[in-house]
This record gives sequence, structure tokens and C-alpha cells, in this order.
Amino acid sequence: MSAILIFLALVTAVAGWWLARQRLMSKPWLEAGPVNAFPETEASLLHPAKLGLGVFLAVVGALFALFISAYFMRMVYADWQAAPMPRLLWLNTGMLLLASVALQCAVVAAHKGQVDNLRLALLVGALTSVAFLGGQLLAWRDLAAGGYFAAENPAVSFFYLITAMHGLHIIGGLLVLGRTNVRAWRGERPAKLTLTTELCAMYWHVLLVVWLVLFAVLAGWAADFVDICRQLLS
Amino acid sequence: MAIALVLVLVVVGSVLFHALSPWWWTPIASNWGYIDSTLVATFWITGAVFSAVVLFMAYCVYRFRHKEGQKAAYEPESRKLESWLTLVTAVGVAAMLAPGLYVWKQFVTVPKDATEVEVVAQQWQWSYRLPGADGKLGTSNARLINADNPLGINPEDPNGQDDVVVEAADLHLPIDKPVKMLLRSIDVLHDFYVPEFRAKMDMVPGMVTYFWFTPTRTGTFEVLCAELCGTGHGFMRGIVMVDTEQDYTSWLQQQSTFAQLTGPAKVGALADQAKAVAAME
Amino acid sequence: MVDVTPHGADLIPPAEVGEMELYHPHSWWTKYVFSQDAKVIAIQYSGTALAIGLVALVLSWLMRLQLGFPGTFDFITPEAYYQFMTMHGMIMVIYLLTALFLGGFGNYLIPLMVGARDMVFPYVNMLSYWIYLLAVLVLVASFFAPGGPTGAGWTLYPPQAILSGTPGGTGPGIILMLVSLILFIIGFTMGGLNYVVTVLQGRTRGMTLMRLPLTVWGIFTATVMALLAFPALFVACVMMLFDRAIGSSFFMPAIVEMGEQSPHNGGSPIMFQHLFWFFGHPEVYIVALPAFGIVSDLISTHARKNIFGYRMMVWAIVGIGALSFVVWAHHMYVSGMHPYFGFFFATTTLIIAVPTAIKVYNWVLTLWRGDIHLTIPMLFALAFIVTFVNGGLTGLFLGNVVVDVPLSDTMFVVAHFHMVMGVAPIMVVFGAVYHWYPKMTGRMLNEWMGRFHFWVTFIGAYLIFFPMHYVGLVGVPRRYPELGDTAFIPPSVHTLNEFITVAALTVGFAQLVFLFNLFWSIRHGKEAGDNPWRATTLEWQTAGTPPPHGNFGKELPVVYRWAYDYSVPGAAEDFIAQNDPGPATQGGPA
Repeated sequence: MSAILIFLALVTAVAGWWLARQRLMSKPWLEAGPVNAFPETEASLLHPAKLGLGVFLAVVGALFALFISAYFMRMVYADWQAAPMPRLLWLNTGMLLLASVALQCAVVAAHKGQVDNLRLALLVGALTSVAFLGGQLLAWRDLAAGGYFAAENPAVSFFYLITAMHGLHIIGGLLVLGRTNVRAWRGERPAKLTLTTELCAMYWHVLLVVWLVLFAVLAGWAADFVDICRQLLS
Repeated sequence: MAIALVLVLVVVGSVLFHALSPWWWTPIASNWGYIDSTLVATFWITGAVFSAVVLFMAYCVYRFRHKEGQKAAYEPESRKLESWLTLVTAVGVAAMLAPGLYVWKQFVTVPKDATEVEVVAQQWQWSYRLPGADGKLGTSNARLINADNPLGINPEDPNGQDDVVVEAADLHLPIDKPVKMLLRSIDVLHDFYVPEFRAKMDMVPGMVTYFWFTPTRTGTFEVLCAELCGTGHGFMRGIVMVDTEQDYTSWLQQQSTFAQLTGPAKVGALADQAKAVAAME
Repeated sequence: MVDVTPHGADLIPPAEVGEMELYHPHSWWTKYVFSQDAKVIAIQYSGTALAIGLVALVLSWLMRLQLGFPGTFDFITPEAYYQFMTMHGMIMVIYLLTALFLGGFGNYLIPLMVGARDMVFPYVNMLSYWIYLLAVLVLVASFFAPGGPTGAGWTLYPPQAILSGTPGGTGPGIILMLVSLILFIIGFTMGGLNYVVTVLQGRTRGMTLMRLPLTVWGIFTATVMALLAFPALFVACVMMLFDRAIGSSFFMPAIVEMGEQSPHNGGSPIMFQHLFWFFGHPEVYIVALPAFGIVSDLISTHARKNIFGYRMMVWAIVGIGALSFVVWAHHMYVSGMHPYFGFFFATTTLIIAVPTAIKVYNWVLTLWRGDIHLTIPMLFALAFIVTFVNGGLTGLFLGNVVVDVPLSDTMFVVAHFHMVMGVAPIMVVFGAVYHWYPKMTGRMLNEWMGRFHFWVTFIGAYLIFFPMHYVGLVGVPRRYPELGDTAFIPPSVHTLNEFITVAALTVGFAQLVFLFNLFWSIRHGKEAGDNPWRATTLEWQTAGTPPPHGNFGKELPVVYRWAYDYSVPGAAEDFIAQNDPGPATQGGPA
């Protein structure tokens, strides 16, 4: 359960940092009085949707941290054999990286009010994401063609399960990104698309990071890394 | 008003029930009297806290119930009182935890002279295996289980040949000898539970768990399963008899070893299977 | 998570909300069925939770009938008993208590108490309820599936959960259970995001965190915990679905089932237990923290006194929430995990007793020198303290690793968790319903039916579960449909079991009086007015009762003080509402 505990420690650190600024040591019964007296502790003007997405991404992070925890727990049993990594995954990673970059460009374009750039960046973001998903399906097919089905080898079962979970999250994001695309191409003003573009970019960045971590775990580098750390410590 | 009286009755009734009711643990038959003592100490501490809190509450309800013209005090907090209460609670908790951890240390430290006894659970019966003259149990594997080898003992392992197999029958243990119970399940979770021994542990397919104890009283004790294992869970019973040294020896002589049970004819077939399984893994 | 924004007036949300920002229903369907109003969603959540909870209550009667009078009822076979047991536990913990406290009370109280017009994402909030309803329907469907619902125990431990020796294990029962849980978690996450963000971003002007009522603190912390803990159940369910449906070996080792070698190999049942309890233990506090918060407000309001040690109460809620993520393996002392974990988890478990005890002291000290009105909510709050203290103290037995060894998997455990997370939170639910029903409907619940309900429920529940500890102490294991002839169990235990059954049925029927009261009082209850309890918090200061859509009329309230200004010296009345600027504001910023 180490992966999830490390993740929760990070969440706790963020929550603790925020709580530390909320005057939790104050004595509220002495502070009856006018509004505006405690500006830092009022609700901030951060858009609720951004905060909401932030909280949701923390939940997504917990979900994948738990899958990784399960992966590490299962790994120590005798029958474990590493799964082969289809080389296509490198290309897919590139696609997802492109999508993330494109959406970051879209955010810049939306802020600057550049309609054409915004449309183009959103479209590239969506298409590269679809390409990523297609690539993942091909990677599955490669594995299956090599005789690796979900049932026999637990490492392969994890591969199918975890990539499917990640893919489902991308599909969920694509629903929103698709809608944003439609709105952009129908000629909505960039200013009105800023928020949704920013949300998409934030979501994609996090899913990219999640994918990189998952890739490292599934390919076995993470386990090697942990082993090296252990040796250094002992 | 009635509530104040009922709160007092709850405390008095609970304490009287505890003191007078006939329902208490079964007489112990193992060395784990320390567990019982820790439990009794916990009863004293928690009982005192429960009585104190509820009686104080009853007094408050009686004394400060609403009357015409009454006004409550305005008292946001008292750091001093809260700190004291925290401190006292922490001390009380430590007083329960420290002996608990001390006894747990003993519970998980198996003495070197403990004899190994294997318990094998399956839906829904108990079997046992005792090391033979060599004092060692042979290896086993769930993949080797079949009608002729119900415990999956490895026929290739010389240590296993003289192991005493007790299939779906009573287990006997000699008194005053520490035993390490090695627990194995071949299908689902079970739990080897003899109330008189106090100790228990889940049996998990795919691994061997253990606990140890020393029987301190001869007699016949019932084994129950204490981890839900399917529809027969409530009927998964067995018998453990703690014997004097002579009785135990005479019982042991009547038991058959793995080699005797399988016989020379079958050993060949079993060995082939063992090779096949070994190759597979 | 909060941007560093410049100080000043533009930081504060405007008191008036533009019409465009508010969602308005246009038809009967969108007003009462597919409503996006948190108050309607709250009532939908509560109604569904109570309905499915009624099923679980009936199941508990059937179980008690079997335990009290074994062999009398032919239709309660061991299979049926295990199915009743599993469904009872799962429904009560997840579909009733979690849904009711967070989906029900959370939805109703958070926007009102923080001074918001609604949740921040009303549409997502609506979806949350409909997915919850779908989860409940899938669960109900498993009763009608071939082979019936799963009988694996609410813990669903593999391997038995997906094998033929367990009811529903090889049929659709277990699959429907897992799918239902997955749906529940998805639905809950949607609702949970709303509760968290509304507390963070939806607070009205002047509502600082330290001015929040403890109810909001409890529900908020519990929601954060649930958002982080439910993924563990999600992962466990998905992986078990894989094992069951396509034969993978996450949790399934090589086994011989009924003489047949299984195709599985190498999996770890203990891994499931770690994942399950990583969710399962925080779940206890997900139910308990809202109850802690609500009962604090009930006691304070009805004792006309500020809650004693408000700051300590807040810190304790946050501290318990954080600590509860590192105690999960105390459910696994005898699971066969590495024995040295016992030292760590026993220590963390007993440490968590300290902040919990502080909360109990502060509730009791709030009564001290109060002006205690023995209303029905207050009676239930007192009953909560008694049952919670009782159940919490027996937790010290089970948390202390070596004492747990003889007691684990006996009826002592059953008695403990029913007392501490069954009876105690349900007492708060009842107290809260009697307290806020006037706000929801504009009428009081009938007093006499209420008092009858209270006395039978409190005394009856105590008579069920206090003696049950001693059944466990004798050594009677849990999850046995009958004890049979067992040498160490004296015949008097059977008599005690009959007594407990009679008490359980009596308490059960008293709940029907409560349900009748809920419906009867909608029309026949006494008119309540806007603030029948003379309480300080914002939900009692709305623009009408029940509060209209948008909660607060044209202008949002502005908050000038904390939630507990009861019996302030020198004040004209024994309470000052949070949005009351007061004659001369005392103190000002410190």
C-alpha cells in the first residue's frame, strides 16, 4: 500500500498547507464583527469548476495510486512474470504528449483571442488523443497476437486493466473536448471558451503525468528504481 | 427527567449485568492467560470511563434541565480542563496498549522447542499432519491434491514420507508441550478456532499462516471455523483432544504415515504428477 | 488549492446573485423529479436510502428469527441466512448510512448552512442521485437473479465470494453486487465533488471556516475522506470482477474447489483485504464524522449553550479524518498478514481514541451549566452519546491487537460495530430528522409518536446489543445461522438469543411508527414557523419554510458571528443568529 500512502501524504501536505492559512487557531467567539475583517479566509474567487476539477483529479490520482499499490503487492508472489511491452507504447506516449502540448497552445490562443489558432490547437488535441486511444487498442492486439491474454499472466491482466482504466478517463475527457471543439468551430468567441479550454488542458496534463507513471510501473522501471533506492538505503 | 433516571439505570444495569450474568468466557486451556488478564484490565478501565461519562451526563440532565427563567452559562472553552482530560485519556490508553503490545510480542514469538502441527482446512472439514520421526514436515502444493493425496504432500520430498496424516478426524495434542500450528487452506479462507485456547488465525489458500500455544489442560475441545467460508461455515466442526503423554503416544502409534497411506503402487503415479507440476511452475 | 489572490473587497462574492446564474425549473418534472435543487435531491436521496434501508431492516428481522429460534423457519436455509446477512450489512453501511448522511443531510444542509443558493454544480448533483438510484436498483435486481444475491458477507472476501460454495458466487449475484458498488462510487464521487467545492467556494460573505457549524465540518471532512477512500473499493471491485468474469488471478491463488483444481494461480486473498479495509475503515468515520458534527449542533441548540471547545472539536474532526487512513489493518490482525504489522496498527488505532474521547468530553461538558430542553432531538443526542461511548470503548478491546485475537470473528465484534456505527449514528439520524423536519416541511413531527419512538428505540437497541457482547465473550462465532450442540456454549445463551430477538423485533416495529409519523405529520403536524428551535445557524434564517428555490430570497445573508452564540451574557434573547449584526458588535477582529 506504499504508493497510495505516498500519494495521500502529498494530498495531506496540500490540505495542511491550505488549512494552515485558514486561521484554525483563532477563537471565533471573540470575533463577532463586520464582514471584510478576515479577507484571506473567505471563499476565494478561483472558479468553482477549476477547483472541482482539481478535487476530481485528486480522486483520479488516488484511484491510479491504488492500482499501482495493488500491482506492487501482487508482484512479490512467486508466479509473477513481467509482461512484454509493445513498442507501440512509445509512439502512443508521444501522441498523448502532443495532445497535452496542443491543449496548452489552445489555452494561450484562447487568452490571446486568436480564433484560428484556438480551433487548430483544439482539433490537434482531440485527434492526437484519438490516435493515442487507437494506438492503445493496437498495443492490446499486439499483446493478444503474442498469446498474452488477460487471464493467464497477472502482469498482463494488470496491463489490460490499467490501460483500460486510463483509456476510459481519456474517453471521458474527449466528450468534453469534443464539445469544446464543436463550440469553437461553430464560431463561439474565444473568450467564452477560455474556461473549458483551460479545464481540458489541466485534465490532459494530469492524465499525461498519470500515463507516464503507469508506463514506468508497467514496464518495470519503477520496480527497478525502487530496488535501487532500497539498495542505496541499506 | 425520565431520561436522567434511565441513564443511571443504564449504568447500574450494565455493571450488574457484567457482574452477575452467567455469560463469561470458557475456562482457559492454554498458556494465554495473559490475554485474559489484558482483557480484564481493559474491562476495568473502559467500565470506569463508561460509568463516569454516563453518570456525569445524567447529573447534568437532572441539574441543568430547563426551568422557567434559567439561562445557560457562556463558556466557549477551557484549555486547562481540555488539556487535563487529553492527558488522562492518553495515559489510560497507554495503560491498555502497553501490556497489549507486550503480550503480542510473546504471541508472535514462537519458542524454539515448539512442535510443528499442520492443520489443513477445506470446505468444510479439518485435516491434520504431524511430522514423523524426523521431526520435519515435507513440502506440499495445492496442485498435487487429488483423491489419493488429499493434503497435496510432495511425494518427492523424503521429509514427507513419514508425516502422519489425519484426514477428517480428531487431532490429539500432548499436554504442556508448545505447538506451532501451521495453517493451510486448500480452497477458501478458514480460521482454526478453539475458544479454550484463545489463540486463532485465518488460514489463507496459497500461504501458510501460524500461531503457537501450549495446551495446559487435558480434555476434549471443539474446533470451529471462525472465518466465513461458504454455506457450510456453521457446520465446519472438529475435535482437538489434549492428552497426557502416554495417551498421546498410544494414539500416535495407531496413525498412518503418508508412505503407508499411498502405498508403493500409487507412489509412482503421484511422483509423475509432482514432476509435471514442478515443470509447469 | 486556492490561488494567491490580492486582498480586498473584490475577493468577496457579491451578496446578490444575477438571475442568469441561478437555475430555474420550468416544469413539474424538472422541479420534483429531474430537479437540480439540492433540497429536492436531498429528499430524493433520503427517501431512496430509507426505502432500501427498510429492506435491510426486514432482513435483520429474518436473521434474528433464525438466531433466536433456529430450526423453526424452514425457508431460512443457511444459504438464505448468508444472503440476508450480506445484503443487510452492505445496504446499511453503504446504501443507507453513507447515502443518507452525505447525499441526504449533506445536500440539504451544506448550501443552507454555508449561505449558498445551491450546490456549485447542480447538474452533476442531479446525475449523482440518478446514478445512486441505478446502483440501488441493480442491488435490488440481484434478489431476483437466478441463485439469488451474493452471500459472501459484506466484506466479499475472495476466494469464497466468487466460488460455488457461496450463494450467488457462481451466479449473477456477486457480479450485480460488484457492479452496483462501482455505480455507487461513481455516483457518490459526483455528489462528493459538489459538497467539497460548495463548502470551499460557495460560502457567503463573512462565513469563515471557523464560523462554520460543526455539521458542515463533519460532512465536509467525511466527504473528503470518502472521495479518497472509495477508489480503494472501486479498485477491489473491478479486480474481483476480472477474476470472476475472465478468470484472471489477482486475488485467486491455486486452489482445489470441491475436489476440482481451479484454473487460477498465484493470487493473493490478503491483497483484497488490504484494499477493502483501506476503504472500509475510513468508511466507519465517513459515517461517524457527519454524526459527530450533527450531534454537536443538536446538543448546543437544545442545551441553549455554545458547543464547548469548538476549536478542539474542529481539530479533532480533521485529526480523526487524517488518522483513519492509517489504521485499516486493525481489521486484519488474524488475517495472516505479517504479525509485526500488529504493533503499528494497534498503536495508531489506540491513538485515534484520544481525539474521539475529547469529542465525547466536549459534548458532555456542553451540557454542564446548560439550559437543557429535553426535546426529542436532545433525547436522541443523549442516546447517541451513551451508545457511542459504549461502542467506542469496546473498540479499545478490538483495536488492542492481542485482546482482539480471542474476540475477533465472534459476536462481540458484531455487538461492537452495531453499537458504534449502527445504533449510534442512527440515533443521530433520528435526532436530525426530528430537528430539521420542521424546516423541510414547515410542520413539527408528532410529539407523542416521537417520544414513543425514542424510548422503544433507545432502550430496545441497548438491550439488543449490550448483552450481545457477552454472547461473543462466551466464544460464539459470528456468521453462524445456528449454534447446534456445542459443548462450550451453555443453554442459557440460547435463552439470551431469544431475548435479543424479541427486543430486535420490538425495536423494528417502533421504526414503523416513525415512518408513519413522517407521512402523517406532513399534513397533521403542528405549524413550525421559520425557527421553531430558536437556532442560530443560517438554515433557520431563510426566506420562508420550507426554503424556496435559491434558499435566501433576493439577498444572501451576511455572517457576523460563529454558529454558537447561545445565551450570550447581556443579549436580549438566548440566541443570536449568525447573520445578526448585533446591537454593538463585541470585540471585532482580534
